[in-house]
Amino acid sequence: MVNFREYKIGARFFGLALGGSMTITLFMPSFDLRNVNATEVALDKQLWAGHESGFSLADPFLTGEHRPVRVTLKTDPKTGQPMASTVAYVYPAGTPLPNGVDHPDNLGNIVEQLSRDKGRIGEASKSQGAVFLLSSEPQGDGSKQFYIENASATKGWNPEEVMKAAGDENTYHASYGKAIFVREGCWWCHTLLPEETQDWQVFGAPPMLGDFNGESPTAFGSDRKAPDILHVGSRNSSREWMMLHFFNPRLVQPHSIMPRFDYLWGPIDDKGQKIDFDKWRAEYNEYVDGKRVTPPEVPMYASNSDARALIDFVLSLK
Amino acid sequence: MFKYLFARSEDIPEGSAAVYFGFSAIVWFVIGTGLGAFNASKLAFPDFVTGLEFVSFGHMRQVHVHAVIFGWISMAFAMAMMYMTPALGNTKLWSEKLGVWNAFLWNVGLSLGLTLLWAGMTSGREYSDFPWFIDLYIATFMTIPLGINVWMTVINRKTQGIYTTNWFFASAVFMVSIVFIVGNLPEWFHLTGLTEAYLTWWFAHNVLGLWITPVAAAIAYYTIPKVTGNPLYSHRIGHLHFWSVVVFYSTPAAHHLMSAPLPEWLKSFASVEGVLILVPAVAFVSNILLTMQGKWNMFVENLEIRFTVTGCLMAIPLNMQGGFQQTRAINWYIHGTGWIVAHAHLALLGFSTFLEAAAVYLGLQTLMKRKLYSLTLGNLHFWFLLIGFTTYWVSMTIAGLIQGAGKIYEVPYIDVVMAEHPYMIARWIGGSLVFTGNCFWLYNMWMTARAGTVIPEGRMAHELAYER
Ligand code: HEM
Ligand code: HEM
Repeated sequence: MVNFREYKIGARFFGLALGGSMTITLFMPSFDLRNVNATEVALDKQLWAGHESGFSLADPFLTGEHRPVRVTLKTDPKTGQPMASTVAYVYPAGTPLPNGVDHPDNLGNIVEQLSRDKGRIGEASKSQGAVFLLSSEPQGDGSKQFYIENASATKGWNPEEVMKAAGDENTYHASYGKAIFVREGCWWCHTLLPEETQDWQVFGAPPMLGDFNGESPTAFGSDRKAPDILHVGSRNSSREWMMLHFFNPRLVQPHSIMPRFDYLWGPIDDKGQKIDFDKWRAEYNEYVDGKRVTPPEVPMYASNSDARALIDFVLSLK
Repeated sequence: MFKYLFARSEDIPEGSAAVYFGFSAIVWFVIGTGLGAFNASKLAFPDFVTGLEFVSFGHMRQVHVHAVIFGWISMAFAMAMMYMTPALGNTKLWSEKLGVWNAFLWNVGLSLGLTLLWAGMTSGREYSDFPWFIDLYIATFMTIPLGINVWMTVINRKTQGIYTTNWFFASAVFMVSIVFIVGNLPEWFHLTGLTEAYLTWWFAHNVLGLWITPVAAAIAYYTIPKVTGNPLYSHRIGHLHFWSVVVFYSTPAAHHLMSAPLPEWLKSFASVEGVLILVPAVAFVSNILLTMQGKWNMFVENLEIRFTVTGCLMAIPLNMQGGFQQTRAINWYIHGTGWIVAHAHLALLGFSTFLEAAAVYLGLQTLMKRKLYSLTLGNLHFWFLLIGFTTYWVSMTIAGLIQGAGKIYEVPYIDVVMAEHPYMIARWIGGSLVFTGNCFWLYNMWMTARAGTVIPEGRMAHELAYER
């Protein structure tokens, strides 16, 4: 070994520089980020999106396994009596719980307190499944403070009953849909972050500090090649349009460069018939060449297809 | 190469690991740019190949990015380290066997990771798209073993001091390992929300700033003095470069998220630190260009010098652009547009690729003791890359400005898409040129190994005349 000693000072300064840099860029911002209370937006989002939308052991290939659903209830799942329309988030047994339930300290002090005391989220269990509600408590100044309520504990609702009471047409597979959004790389073109500049006039309000607690991944996107879709469900809530657009975007927007996502329909349609993609494409080409007046009919997706989940997700982006 | 995996260390010829890394890098470069050109074609002609999940843009984009960053750039870096570090320490590589295994496991891990990404198994975090077990693999079997080899070679050197290139190498492999472990905290511990978003960009920024930029520069600090025969213009400016990279480049991660609701102080801080990155940039460029004094003829005559100096010259617009685009006054206009994609390719396909290509040319000729097979093919490679890249950069910059204007005038988005169409086609043409150039290169290097003129003992590649 040759004189390594002469670099002692350099090595120490190097450690100091890198350590200092990490203190400023990681440790210090962590104080700001920890103190943020989850907003209504963040609570809603983490409840419908579930624990993780990217790779996880519960759903390694992002095919929609072990995922919660959002349902709209019109009847009470216990009594069957009609009730005011209520949104519930159903976690069937074995589904990983949302981040705020697993780690309530990520909700921020106020929300954590309420969710624990009034919402009884501490009693939720992954192995038995749970049903959550987004509840609120009026504040002195007239505003509302939102928190997570574990309806399995407070109302005795269990996942199967709630799903049955809601029925398929009132069920949104938005969590499964977000996994597809991540898997199919929609976010390489569509951002989920209206900028704090002119964007709000076209794409809606930019998100606020507490709007992300518990969301993973946030998938903001950095190279926008298409409209921001954080609030797309408020601009366009037509399932029909979404269906045509995903099957072949050029059916509704001739100049679009978006890829066709017809493969998300899977092999069969809603009636269990095989979808003949080759025939469809041939007929579509004839339409493009002017040999047909109308484009071929888009097959209706099956209710358990990727396409359905993706549309559920997009329509949940309010 | 595979036979050396189980050979005794003494039986492995010196330089095997570097040659293995070098050829792997070129192959990944061909694959990566092929994918890039294919992706570009999809953005220009969306119905080009359609209806198949595996060739959809959303599945292939991240494969392109990771093939070029971890295949091409990083393996070219590893090859440079495997032969420059011992050469500068007047010694042998600490463990040739570790090096060969390192290259082998690198290819295995990357192939596996890219296949999974391609299949859609992704964390959904830009630049850290690999699922966490692949990240763990990268740290354990790729960067840390590389680091051990570099550090041990530096420690066992037979020279008094450590030359500039080796400070950069030794610290950059250390920093990239740290960045890998810290930057993937959201995946190890399931951190969520803004913390996840911020760490995603902390990772991305630091991989660029503490790995790609300093190592590319370190390579030039070797190539230029070695080939021109001039001593480095200033060791002190080298110091300034090194310390300012560590201090300034490690801090502005938040400038990638200027429009996200991060703490305002963090964004302002990042924006100031980002301008200060001009310090290492100016130090580097001036040091290299001043080293060229009296040898500018080689810029024309010598392929390695031409690549290196071109890369260096590209660092000027790159860093100017970088410093300005991240200020609040400008970022809101060009953020998220093709401008940034142009900047990213000026950085990686321009600046850093040109420096690495020179290192791989030089290293493979030196280690295989064979003169480059064909200068004509080498020239074609250079010009295809330069013209292809320039086409790419110009077209994407224009597309970005159109998008920026579209933002403030609030035109319907589809009009922006239509206005960008010609530039998307131009980018695809540029990308195809780059890809074609790289195919020439692979052929040229392969022929060099098989049929290049043998370089006599004690001579250097550039001292021999080209024959074809
Ligand atoms: C003074 C020096 C530089 C500064 C201040 C700078 C600043 C920036 C900023 C602010 C962005 C993000 C812009 C946005 O999204 O709005 C960016 C993107 C990028 N920069 Fe630089 N840059 C510099 C030099 C470099 C260098 C030397 C490299 C690599 C060798 C590089 C590689 C990239 C890449 C790859 C991206 C794209 C990131 C993405 O995917 O969005 N930059 N740069
Ligand atoms: C044949 C030449 C190439 C072509 C046609 C090409 C094309 C592309 C395309 C179409 C994208 C997607 C951009 C977007 O999402 O808007 C992309 C992204 C990217 N490419 Fe390339 N590429 C090429 C070469 C390279 C090389 C050689 C490197 C690095 C060494 C590279 C690094 C990247 C990076 C870092 C990104 C992400 C950029 C960002 O997020 O801003 N590319 N490329």
